[in-house]
Formats: sequence, structure tokens, C-alpha cells
Amino acid sequence: MLITCPYCGPRDLAEFSYQGDANRPRPDQHDTDQARWNAYVYDRSNPAGPHREYWQHAGGCRKHLLIVRSTLTHAIESVAFAGAQGATPQAPRRAAKGRTKTGPAKGKKP
Amino acid sequence: MSPRRSTEGGRIDRGRTIRFSFDGKTYQGHPGDTLASALMANGVRLFGRSFKYHRPRGLLAAGVDEPNALVTVLKGTVREPNIAATQIEIYEGLTVESQNRFPSLDVDAGAVNQLAGGLLSAGFYYKTFMGPVIGPLRGTRFWMACEHFIRRAAGLGRAGRDADPDRYERMNAFCDVLVVGAGPAGLMAAKAAAEAGKRVILADLDPVPGGSANWSGETIDGLPAAAWAQGTIEALGAMDTVRLLPRTTVWGYYDGNTLAALERVADHKPAPDRGEPRHRHWTIRAGAVVLATGAFERPLVFPGNDRPGVMLADAAVRLLREYGVVAGSRLALFANNDDAYRAAAALAEAGATIAAIVDMRDTVSPAARALAERAGAELLAGHAVTGTKGRKAIREITVQRLREGEITGQPRRIAVDCLLMSGGWSPAIHLASQAGTAPRWDEALQAFLPPKPTQNWVGAGAFAGRFATAAALADGLAAGAKVAGGKPPRKSAQPRVETLELDIAPAPVFEIRPPGKAGKAFVDFQHDVTAEDVRQAHREGFVSVEHLKRYTTLGMATDQGKTSNVPGLAIMAEARGITVPEVGTTRFRPPFTPVSLGALAAERYGELRPDRLTPMHDWHVENGATMYAAGLWYRPMIYGGRGETVEQAYVREAAATRAGVGIVDVSTLGKIMVQGPDAADFLDRVYTNTFSTLPVMKARYGLMLREDGLAYDDGTTWRLSQTDFLMTTTTANAGKVMQQLEYYLDIVWPDLKVTLTSVSDQWAGAAIAGPRSRDVLAACVAGTAVDNDTLPFMGIVRGEIDGVPVMICRLSFSGERAYEVYCGAGHGLHVWEALMEAGKPFAIVPYGLEALGTLRIEKGHVTGAEIDGRTTARDLYLDWMLSKKKPFAGSMMMDREGLCDDDRIRLVGIVALDDRPLGGGAHIVEHNDPAEIRDSIGHVTAGCYSPALGKYIALALVKGGKTRHGARAFVSDPLRKRFGPVEIVSHHFYDPEGSRMHG
Amino acid sequence: MAEYSLFSLIKNAWNGNRDWKPAWRKAEPKTDYDVVIVGGGGHGLATAYYLAKEHGITNVAVLEKGWLGSGNIGRNTTIVRSNYLLPESIRFYDFSVKLWEELAHDLNYNVMFSQRGILNLAHSPAQADDYIRRGNAMLHGGGDAEWLTPAEIAKKAPGVDLSASARFPVVGGLLQPRAGTARHDAVAWGYARGADRRGVDIVENCEVTGFLREGDRVVGVKSTRGEIRAKKIAVAVAGSTGRVMKLAGIDALPIESHVLQAFVTESLKPFVDTVVTFGGGHLYMSQSDKGSLVFGGDLDGYNSYAQRGNLPVVEEVMSEMVALFPGLARVRLLRSWGGVMDMSMDGSPIITTGPLPGMYLNSGWCYGGFKATPASGWTFAWTIAKDAPHAINAPFTLERFHRGALIDEKGQGATPKLH
Repeated sequence: MLITCPYCGPRDLAEFSYQGDANRPRPDQHDTDQARWNAYVYDRSNPAGPHREYWQHAGGCRKHLLIVRSTLTHAIESVAFAGAQGATPQAPRRAAKGRTKTGPAKGKKP
Repeated sequence: MSPRRSTEGGRIDRGRTIRFSFDGKTYQGHPGDTLASALMANGVRLFGRSFKYHRPRGLLAAGVDEPNALVTVLKGTVREPNIAATQIEIYEGLTVESQNRFPSLDVDAGAVNQLAGGLLSAGFYYKTFMGPVIGPLRGTRFWMACEHFIRRAAGLGRAGRDADPDRYERMNAFCDVLVVGAGPAGLMAAKAAAEAGKRVILADLDPVPGGSANWSGETIDGLPAAAWAQGTIEALGAMDTVRLLPRTTVWGYYDGNTLAALERVADHKPAPDRGEPRHRHWTIRAGAVVLATGAFERPLVFPGNDRPGVMLADAAVRLLREYGVVAGSRLALFANNDDAYRAAAALAEAGATIAAIVDMRDTVSPAARALAERAGAELLAGHAVTGTKGRKAIREITVQRLREGEITGQPRRIAVDCLLMSGGWSPAIHLASQAGTAPRWDEALQAFLPPKPTQNWVGAGAFAGRFATAAALADGLAAGAKVAGGKPPRKSAQPRVETLELDIAPAPVFEIRPPGKAGKAFVDFQHDVTAEDVRQAHREGFVSVEHLKRYTTLGMATDQGKTSNVPGLAIMAEARGITVPEVGTTRFRPPFTPVSLGALAAERYGELRPDRLTPMHDWHVENGATMYAAGLWYRPMIYGGRGETVEQAYVREAAATRAGVGIVDVSTLGKIMVQGPDAADFLDRVYTNTFSTLPVMKARYGLMLREDGLAYDDGTTWRLSQTDFLMTTTTANAGKVMQQLEYYLDIVWPDLKVTLTSVSDQWAGAAIAGPRSRDVLAACVAGTAVDNDTLPFMGIVRGEIDGVPVMICRLSFSGERAYEVYCGAGHGLHVWEALMEAGKPFAIVPYGLEALGTLRIEKGHVTGAEIDGRTTARDLYLDWMLSKKKPFAGSMMMDREGLCDDDRIRLVGIVALDDRPLGGGAHIVEHNDPAEIRDSIGHVTAGCYSPALGKYIALALVKGGKTRHGARAFVSDPLRKRFGPVEIVSHHFYDPEGSRMHG
Repeated sequence: MAEYSLFSLIKNAWNGNRDWKPAWRKAEPKTDYDVVIVGGGGHGLATAYYLAKEHGITNVAVLEKGWLGSGNIGRNTTIVRSNYLLPESIRFYDFSVKLWEELAHDLNYNVMFSQRGILNLAHSPAQADDYIRRGNAMLHGGGDAEWLTPAEIAKKAPGVDLSASARFPVVGGLLQPRAGTARHDAVAWGYARGADRRGVDIVENCEVTGFLREGDRVVGVKSTRGEIRAKKIAVAVAGSTGRVMKLAGIDALPIESHVLQAFVTESLKPFVDTVVTFGGGHLYMSQSDKGSLVFGGDLDGYNSYAQRGNLPVVEEVMSEMVALFPGLARVRLLRSWGGVMDMSMDGSPIITTGPLPGMYLNSGWCYGGFKATPASGWTFAWTIAKDAPHAINAPFTLERFHRGALIDEKGQGATPKLH
């Protein structure tokens, strides 16, 4: 697998560290809703198809990237810096039923 | 009669002779020979024994598809098993032995299995060997007794146990275009792409690229095809944008157009040259790929089709045209297609007698008829071979009339010493199929063609089902132009081919089934899967292609079904009354051909991981340290060398530290600079306790939780200025903590103005502990005082030691007055030696991990043995570190009911009451019966002999924790055969008030 | 259906093996069942078998999307063991080993469970302590374990690099003698045959495309072969859990699907007798009866439903293999493949009623599902029959994650790629 890091260009999978599902929003640090925290830590949508996920270019610039990649074919649709506009995990949870949107979510600033 | 060397032809060098040995006998061959061709030239026909029935087997194929002729190559005591004789280039002194036979290839006791015949049918082992339900052989015992013998009978070659002395290498390559296969199609593709200015890699698995041009006997652009190929290759080689990789098999097609290839750099020599690897593992990232991997000829399935001397027609042509070996003197050809007639003509031309051409089709094209005539062969159209005879080599075939699929008429016997067969061709679509899409069945070709691409590749030539050389050349040219993004090539760019036009399409018949009892007809030669096995699988319901494969082991041998796949499917299709594509095909898996494990390990063979050494490493070794591998690091365990046991050494080191002063290398600790206006805020969010209130030039012990609320890591963090913090982590978690902090800053709190820098390798560190530690510092530190006022507990000062700037923090892991001295890593040894020198008057001792552990156990400090990913801060009685004033990572998750359960194991101290050691991993029980191994209430995390207490003590995690203080329990360590009484006590064994470290 | 025995083999060999009957019927689905099991892998088939055998519930259908046993039951490295650390795991997996020991006789199908032992090599004193803690836990939980010195390891697994100069020198090893390997496909086929002859319908090429609901309650499935109603619907689809549960409207579960690669070498004469794991990295290997070395390592480490992986893990696993056995550098990798693992958030499985009324869920096997097959089927069958878990699977709930009652063998927390 080749991942095109926005800083470093196309680099081999071996340089990257998978940081998991980017669909689950981390509650605000002051949030005291236990259910939201439980969901953030444990619940995954685990879609078969396009998946929004974080990777860190650990063997390169060390930036975290938000990648949309198909879990069926491993084909990468898009790569962007994580935490950039529209890429924040604090985006409100989409109440999608059994579906995952592939495009960048319209997120609120944390 | 037997095969022989022709007087001319082939690319072998008849002027030179190479001696090699096979099963202890010495033979001669020529440069350019493979083991297979050289042995054939010496009249050898028996190459191996089959897997199950130990039937004698000869050469079937001429390439990587060879299933029978597997041998072991010996180099001293080093063994390389299961190599196809067709893939071994001979060299002076080559030593090879045959496999899976006892006592010899010629006389093999395993052949007795042939008598069991029908008993050893498909899947027989699932139905027996289960043994009695009761008695001494119940359960799995009877099976295991049988299995003992089955395992010895199974298996092919024997692997060596001695380390392989050769080295392996990895190469990364990038190119615009990778062309796989340098036959006519591949060569044209490479040429077209290179001429369009692309960077091209051209890989071919043979030592002499050229593919079918090397043996087709055709004429291309007025030259013999082989000469045309060599000329084209030379021209390509002269271009600096082209890299030629002969002896290189592209074996895997991975995501992102990443391909893996194996280059056999030195297998064709007695030994690799100096500095040369045996194999080179290529990872090639290609912009585009041209797959021109050719095709494999298929055998026909008929009784006795495995007799030595029965071989693929194309294999005989290759032997002749590449190596000048005539496969027999009196041959027959059995085919279902026109194309195979070329073989008969070629061998006749070389002087062999073609006794008959047996064609299962009733009508044969005029072109094929002409070839038969040219070969002087009797053409038996509408006939089939229904049997063969001969003990260790074929001497006779039986031919019968085949009419509308039925065998009729009188058998006719024809004496032959070689039978060529051809069941049509299967494109080598393996690489294209690895990505997971299903291939397409072509009815006319009776073959699977490549699937639609899911990655950026283009197919060409026989790979794509275009078998004729002219079509392959045109295809290659077009593919090369396409991947180069250029215009479609002009017709004139295409070389002219002079050849006989023959229809490649075969009759859709793969199996000949004479009525009545006939011999075994093999589908998978190596695994001894017969047509009858396939039908039995059908009868038992194993009808899907994967069930067929798994139940009969069809296609699972070292050749991965290259010859057996389609015939096996065809037989199943017929049994089910459906078409081949309805049966389906299995997905090809990497590798295309087997790859040495050493090559894939590459530079990691012999050096699995890099060594991480502290700047003081050499000093430790020179001073008698026994080094201990802690992750990638090496750290001193003890400084022994005085005839001490490990225990004596660490007790001496720990006692001397408490009595005077000791020094330990702490350079391995993780060190992260946390800097920026929001650094303090950030630390407050990730640590359970507060850092924003920490004064400048002070340190504080911090605890981090995971997001799920369990304890994660601990360490001290030093505030060097309002906005600069130096965080230390445990050695083991340095990388993980860094990554977690980066995750928070990149993703969770991108608005925080903080930068992180890992400085673990930039700072060397030494901890000096003991009542005289301050005296040591006072004797060597310049630029600052180190008295209690200047440098109180948790204070930090900057100074110099022997001219080197240092940072000193007064903190203690041992419970003694102690300091950590940090300096630039390059000066680590210098500062260490200065501290040792300054410590001499105070009898300073260096101490290792064992003593460090002893001091911390006495003090009740936790480390990774207790923070093991399953414990909470409360389990470890670190509640006092959990701030109630602010949220922090994990704070919302740490109070869940399962994490507050009374039944959880929590930290205690234990003291051995029988004056014997308490080993880490021992369990704790309440009952006093060593024979009763049950009801564990916890376990020892770390134990030691405590010089301070004069007892064996340990830290433990025990159900109920503190509530058991003062209770009697028992250590139960059946693995080490240890049982004895202990007292559960507080984990603060030593100086619980902390007066020594504060003093 | 005829018993399998040496006698039946001889009899059939005499008849040219023409009289064998299908191992299981190719059943047509009925419209109504007491229990429908979604997933014809090892766990689903075992569940059907034990429902029939232990609970007399035979009006059961097993629905399989493709061919029976096409998932991880036929893609694993065939290791059976119960060398676990935590009491809940030890109890569950040891029960499984006990079922394994009788399985061939129980099924009248030779699943070739061979108790050749598993040897976990330890490479530092700290790792040794860790393994000893585990071995002692196994012994205290009623299991079996032994500690081997390097000299004993040399005898047990000749060819292991025991030199002091090894990058991670071996200091000892934890042996579980009752562990071993079994023939993976035979387990699926044996359970299928056993369930079939007790009346269970095994329906292949039947993909579930939706669930029939009455209010909250699940009352059946929609499938490519029509609607099938049932009083109870059990889901045992391993790596496909996410996909199938979404059809029931369950959008989030404590599970991620990851790809795990497995590898075999060419067939060799006996090289190693026992299962060996390498503690200097993550590698497990054994030799099959056919002679291939069968081995694997870490997950590729990213979500995937593709049954294939990538090169970095291939290279890492091979590197560890030749570090463990330097003589194997010249042995060749024959085949690699990938399976989709249902990685749970604590590395332990879920066998439970729910999460919807009428539904039962068996999932989260990570890459330990094969050895669990008998116990998983047995306890899941119990849970379905009694509408409540057996004591052995009671801790393996779906709620345990949120409650914090985790069964985290590796201590890695909610990071599936590390379990």
C-alpha cells in the first residue's frame, strides 16, 4: 500500500502507523456524559467500504493524516492532514443507519 | 533407449564441461544446462518419487511448473529442499540429492503405498485413525500414534537445522513501468515504454530472458527468434532508463501497485561473490505494470500419465532448443490441439522417431496434418492414449479409438520411450488474480483469462490469451505504448514473424476414461490426486472448487496447481454436469513461485532488530556488567565478574547504595520536550495530576491514564521554564506515549500551541542515589551549589561537570537522597566517568537493573510489572494522584463499575516467612496445601532479597489489596516447584515516611 | 449415514470408492425454523451440532453465504491451546480443549487433534516472569503447564536458535503439553456432517440480506434464497459481524474487522514436533502432518474486509521465522493468504443473548477463534437453548466493555490492532 503524505509524498505503508477509526468523536474533555465516552472508546461502525481513519506518518513527518480508504479493496480515496478544517473528530455524530459517509464531515471547531 | 544430447543446438557451451553430482553419482554437463537438462542428457529419467504413492516420476515440465523433479541442493551442511531440477543452473561441484524416498530413489520402500490403492483415496484420513473410545488409547492417543508414522511418511525434502551462512538483501525500486516477463510481448512492451522515455524495469524469471523466443524456432525480423530476443535485450540494456533483471521472479502484486520480486543472485554459482547476497528481495513501486507472464501448458489426464518419460510437449521443445537434449528416440505425441504438433516436428528434425501422433479430435487442420507428415508420424486422429507401461520409464502406450467421448475398439500398443502430451494452455494470470477479482473463462481457449484490472496494469501476449508470436509482439507494443501514455504504435514498428499459423484452441476434453479397471490417472502429479479422487470428492459433496481443493489437496503442492488446476475443475464440472466457470476457480495467492524465507527477511536475517545502546554502554561492558535486553535496549543487569551469583551482586550493589552511594545509567528513559504557551495546560489534560501549578525548575511525578481509564505510564516531568517541560516516560513506553501525545495535539486539541520533540537519544542520564550522593555532586559539579536549599527534593539546577553542561534534578526512585544528572548524549560517558571519579572517595558503586529493581521494590514504587495495562490507579493505590479539580485523559472512564469492583487485584507487599525467594509470576493462595493447585488470589509482580530488611520480599497484586495487610497467605509457584508461607504487608516496605529521600 | 471406520474404508476401497455418500445434504431452506444460525463457519456449525446433540433442538438451519467453512475456519494456523492468563479465559478455553480431546470420536470424523504441545519461548527474565505468571494461572485454573530450560527446549524443538549471541536469547519456555494442532477444514466438515445427520439443514450459497422484524424483535431473515422465519436467530459470522449486524440496524459494536495473514512453506520432512511461539516478536509456527510449516504473526494493523494483506507484515514474519530457526532461511514460502478477524476491544469474545430480542450474538474472536470452536458452539448452543448464558460464557457479555469488566489478556486496552 502506498500512502501519499501531504508533506512527504507517496510513501510505503511500512512508514505509517494506523491510528484507527476517525468516525467516532472524542467528547469534549469536560463532557460528563458517560454514554458518549463509552461510545468513543469502544464502539466502532466498522464499515465494509469507504472508511474514515487516522494514520500517523510515524516514519516520516509524524503528522496524523485523515484518510478515506476502502476496507474492501484497500484503495485510498483521499488523504488530508487530520485536525484540519472538516477533519476533526469532534464533529457531531452522524446518525447514519448502517451507512458511512465517505466525504469529509462538516465539523464544528473543537 | 533414453534421452540424449543432440550434436548441435541449444545455448549450452559444448566446449566446456561441468561436473556435478546427483544422489552421490557424478555426471557431466555443460555451461547453460539446468540440472534437469544435464541429467536428461545423461540418460536419467527417474527424478523423484510422488508424495503419497511414492510412484517413480520423471520430468513433466521445463519451467517453474515442474511438479515431479524436486531435489535438495546441498552446500556443506546447508540444505535447500524442494527445488525443481528445471530451475537449477548447474555449476562445478553442484551437489544434489533426491527426496521422499527410502532407501534410494531407485528402490523406495514407500512404493508399498501403491498396493493400498483405493484405501488411500481422497480424504481417507478423515475416516479412520480415530482409535478406541475407551482404554489407554482413548482421546487423541491412538491418532497421535498413527500420526507419528504418517508424518514421517509425508513431507518432501529435509530442511537443515544449521544456520544458513549466506546473506540476503532487500532492494526498493521505483519505476514508471514494470514489465513482468521478457518474452516477445514483454520485450516489445519494454521497448515501447523505454523509447517513450519511461523508466522501465524488465524482470524475467529465466537466466536468459527471451521467453518463448528462446525455443519457438521461429524467425523474427529475419533473425532466429532467440537471436532477435538477445538483440532486443542488448539494445534495452544499453538504455540507462532500463533496468534488466534476469533470474528475477515477480511473485506478489500488492496494494498501491507495489510488487514483490525475488532475484536469485548467486544460486547459479558455487558460492556468492564477496559481499554478494544469495537472493535479493525487490519491492518495486511501479507507476504501471505490463503483465507478460506467458502461459503454462496443461497435461492430459489418462491412466498412467505419470510414468517417467511422459512429459509436456512444450517441455520437450525447450529441452531440445534451449539445451540440445532430445527427450527420447522413439516418441509419440498425445494432444487435443494443433499447436502441439510443432513439438513432434521439432523432435523429428532433431533425429527422433515420431511413432505416432494421437489426437483426440476427429478432424485435424491441414497445417497440423502437414506437420505430422513432416515429422514422419502416423496420425491417429480421433484416438486417445488409454494407458502406458514401463516400470521406471515408459516403454509402451496403449491407443484406442475415441468416438464422441467414448473409448471403443481394440487397444493398440505402440512402443515408445517418451510420450509428449498437450492439453492446451493456461495463461499465467496469477499476479493479476492476487488482487482478488475472479478471472474470466474463455470457451474457445478452454482457459481462464485475466480479470479486469483493479490496479494499474495492462496484459500482453499469452498472459492475455493471445498465444501466437505475432499477436504477442503486437500486444506488447500496444501495452508498452499504452502505459507510456503515448500514441498507439504504428504497424511498421511491429517485427515480422515467420511461422506456421496453427490454431491454438484445444478440444474441450481433459480426461480419457477407458471403460473397466484402468490405472490411476493423475490430475495433480505432486500430490497424487487422481481423476477418481476428484469424482469421489463429488460423491461426498465436496463440489465447490475450494472444497475440492481442500478435500483432495488438488493444487496445493509446491507447484500450486499450475498444471493441475484446469483439468481438475474440468473433471469436477463434468461430474456435476455444469460448466467449468460454474465450478469456479480459486484465488491465486502470493507468492507466484516459492520464495526463500531468508530473502524476505533480507538484512534482518541474522539481525532481527537494531541494538539501542546508551552512551555509557562500552563502560558497562568493560566494567563487568552482564547486559540485559530490554526491548531494543541493552542495559546492565548486574556488575558481576567477581564470582558472585546474580543475587549476591545485586544485594551488594543495593546495600552499598543505601549505605553510601550508587550510580545507575538511566539514559534509556523516554524523554519528550513539551514546549509552547499551552504546554502546561496540555500536561494538565494528559496527566492525572496538575502541572500548571508546578514552579519553574521543579519536577513532579506524573501519572497518565489510557482513554479507557486504566493506568498507562508514569514518570517525572521537569518544568525548565514557564513554557518548557521535559517529560520522562518509562523506557518501554517511550514511543507509545510520544505517539499518544501527538495524537492529542494533531487530532483532539489542534488549537493548543504546543510542540513535542522526542529527545530520548539526545540526553544521557545517570542517577546517583544514597546518603553520600550529594557529596559526590558537591565534589564535581561546578556553577551551582547542590545543598538542600539550592537543590531541595524535586528541585532542578543547571551546572557543569568537568566542563560539560548538565541538568540535575533531585528525585528518587530508590527512596534514598538521589539525583538524576542529564547531559548531552555525546558527553554521557565523560560525565559518567567524572561522576565515578568524584565518587571514588565515597566508594561509589555502579548498579544495574536488578539492584534498581530491589531498591524500588523496597520502596514500593510501581513499574511495568504492576502497570501492566490491566490495573487502575486505584488498584495501585495511586488515588492521591487523581486530581478532582479538573478532567484529564481517562478521568471519565476510570470510575466505571467494573474498574471499582472489590474483587479486583490490588497492590500489596509480601514477605516470605520461610526465608526463600519469591519469584515474579508466582501466585498467592490462602490454603496451606502445596498439592492443591487452585484458588489463586493474586500473583507476585516482582520479588527480591531486600538487604535493607534482610528478607525475601515482593510486590504483589492480590484480591482485596490493603484489606489483607497483616494476613497470612502462601506463595504457590508450581511451575518452579515453590510453595511457602508469606505475610501480606504494605507495599511501602522501607522508610514509608520518605525521610531519607527528603533529607 | 454410514459410520466412518477402517472397515468402511476397506469396504469402499473394494467397491472402487463409488458408494460414499455426501458428508452433508445440500438442504433447501424451509420457511420456518426453531433456530436459524447465520454463518456456516466453524462456530455456526458447532452451534448447530450442539443444539441438536445437547438440547435436542434439531429444527435448525445454518445459512452460509458461500461455501461451508469458507471463512476463518479454513484460513487459520490450526493451533489449539488454552494457555491463557485470566481466569475467565482459562476456564473457557480449557473447556474447549476438553471438548477437542473427544471431538473425533464425538463426530465420528478425524479432526486430527494432535496434542503435540505449544511452547512459548521467553527471551528475558521479565518475559519469563510474565510467562510463569501465566503458566501458574493455568495450573491454578485446572490446566496444564510446564517450564522448560533452554536445554530442554533444545530437545523439544531442535533448530531453535538458543545461542547467547541471538538478538533475543532464549531464557526458558512455557509448555502446555495438552495444546496442539488440528486439521482445520475437517472441523467444519465434521460438525457439518454431525449436525446434518441429526436433522439440521445446512444451506450453502445463501446470503442473509436483511432481518425480519416485528417491532424490536427479530423474527427471521431475508436471504438470497428467500425469507426464512425462526423463533431464534443466532449470528456467528466472525469477520463479517459488522456487515451482518448493520442489516439488523446495529450500527456500532465493540469490534473492528482486521486482516491477518497466514503462511505455509513447502512440505518438509519432520522438522519441528511442537507448536513454537517466538517471544522476541510475535510469531507462532507448527508443522502440519503434510509437512508444511504453518505460521503467522501480527495483524496487518488496519481495518479490512479484504482477505489479503501487504508486504511489511510478510517481511516481518519471515524475519522472525529465520531469527527463531536460522536453518530455515533456505526454506521457501509456498503460499500466504489473509483472513478477516473480528477484533474486539479487549481481545476476548462475545457470546451472548441479544443485542435485540430474538437475536443471539457470537463474535469478537480476534485471532483465537479456531481453538475455541467446540466451546464456542457448546456455550452458544446453551445460551440459545436456555436464553441465558452458561457460567463458562457468562463473563463474555457485550455490556462488559461499557461496564469496564474487561477480559484483557494483553493489557492493551481498546486498541484492536494490538490484541
